[in-house]
Amino acid sequence: MKQIVFEQLHEAEWEAFERWLERDGKKSRNSQQAVPAVGLRDQEIPRAYRRICQLLALARDRQYSPDLIDRLNRIALRGHHMLYGARGGQSARVLSFLAVGFPRLVRVEWRLVAAAAALFAGPLLLLLAVLPLFPDFIHYFVDPAGLARFREVYDPANPRLGMRQSDDNVMMFAFYIWNNVKIGFQTFATGVLLGIGSIFYLLYNGSQIGAVAGHFSGAGFSEPFWSFVSGHSAMELSAIVLSGAAGLKLGSAVIAPGARSRKAALVQAARPAVRLMYGAAAMFLIAAFIEGFWSPLTAFPASVKYAVGCVMWAFVFAYFVFSGRGRAA
Amino acid sequence: MLDTSRRIATPEGIELTLRLAGPVPRGLAWAIDLLLRGVLLAIIALTAAALRQFGTGIILLSAFLIEWLYPAWFEATWGSTPGKRAFGLIVLNDDGTPLRWSASLTRNLLRAVDFLPAMYFAGFVTMVMNRDFKRLGDFAANTLVVYREEKLDTLAIPVAEPQAPGFALSIAEQRAIIDFAARSTGLTPERAEELAQIPRALIDGAPAGAAAARLVGVANHLLGRQ
Repeated sequence: MKQIVFEQLHEAEWEAFERWLERDGKKSRNSQQAVPAVGLRDQEIPRAYRRICQLLALARDRQYSPDLIDRLNRIALRGHHMLYGARGGQSARVLSFLAVGFPRLVRVEWRLVAAAAALFAGPLLLLLAVLPLFPDFIHYFVDPAGLARFREVYDPANPRLGMRQSDDNVMMFAFYIWNNVKIGFQTFATGVLLGIGSIFYLLYNGSQIGAVAGHFSGAGFSEPFWSFVSGHSAMELSAIVLSGAAGLKLGSAVIAPGARSRKAALVQAARPAVRLMYGAAAMFLIAAFIEGFWSPLTAFPASVKYAVGCVMWAFVFAYFVFSGRGRAA
Repeated sequence: MLDTSRRIATPEGIELTLRLAGPVPRGLAWAIDLLLRGVLLAIIALTAAALRQFGTGIILLSAFLIEWLYPAWFEATWGSTPGKRAFGLIVLNDDGTPLRWSASLTRNLLRAVDFLPAMYFAGFVTMVMNRDFKRLGDFAANTLVVYREEKLDTLAIPVAEPQAPGFALSIAEQRAIIDFAARSTGLTPERAEELAQIPRALIDGAPAGAAAARLVGVANHLLGRQ
């Protein structure tokens, strides 16, 4: 069959399909019921699409002109996007993910979580033990300006802990999100470099936090410091550890891909790793909220704030150990 | 023929062709997005400045959202950010389907590592080292950045009196003749004439200076024009 005849025979079909694509590209998601006056109806599309595919294959096989093949390719590609790009119902899964999927995923990846926790908590606890004995070591970790700021916010005379007189709760909340989630994302993303980035950020943040905590556990600052950090510590520190674990998941896939290519292993590892990051981001958000609005309060005695901190830690542990065990996968 | 086109197989048993986008259009698209993000943030900052400390909070929060979610949101809902759209680019999964949130977040969270040590150096090096122009985020998310298939101006083959070639032509030869006829309108007459001299056997007997016209006639015949 000559190309001209082929075109004349099928032009109407192609135009109808193109018109449908144009219309669907423009119409809003809610007006799907609208019945078009002319042209293809939605339920006729799969058949029309398969027909276009067949004609494209035919046109290629018969070596028709590149223009025609490009045009058919374009129509088929857009039809492919429409048919296979169906989306929706994603927001409904968020709650079930937080209640079931996330803690379950953390348990599945417990080895990496344990490794990340060791990398993070190791230097933290070590410096927490050493710094009270040698408070001057802090200068290896924090520059003088930063130290001065810490001294100001943890001053026992400060009516709102963790922030300066001039600071606002909402501003600090936003700052914690901006800063902490960024740290979490960096810890995660740099894991793709054979895990080195994640390991670095875990060790680095662990030693920074440990050094500051150890330093301020000394004379006079102990109570304001611990009553500030206790409330949000559970959420925030766990979220850092989980970001690191997600990063290590990427890194380990690159280092030891098993029976797959490195690329395939990375793609496969990225899925659970990003799911871990969803959970970690949610935890960072909760932590920032507590840190911005609860932790600075001095209306409550330190003992109450310590108790809340302990309850939070118990909650986080219970959540990861017990949540989502009952239901079938 | 071109090594920047990828073919993807669909469940219908056909292959669709995608044209990959290289580092230059992607870099420029990123620059446009950076500008847009800056403008957006500046507008928010000017509006929120009246709210003092509370406003600072809003600015920081928006800075965070714009930095991390701007590309992910656009790619998950529209397929491309405004910058990519300006260059006619779109992000697709490896199998040619549109992106969803998980893939879009994966490739955009990994910007943090592609950016290292500065200005997307790691991403650039990765991109030029593989045949799909993938940066690390694209590897992890299994995505491709390709040109959006726009309606192209079809190169109309000029209508002429169909002339049958005196002998059978192979399919590749037929295609070459049709391609030549389609492009002949964009060439200078001298160059068209020069190119038309190549298939000696076909232009035998054509008057001097009419070789191109003869090939256009053959193309009309091959297309089946009456």
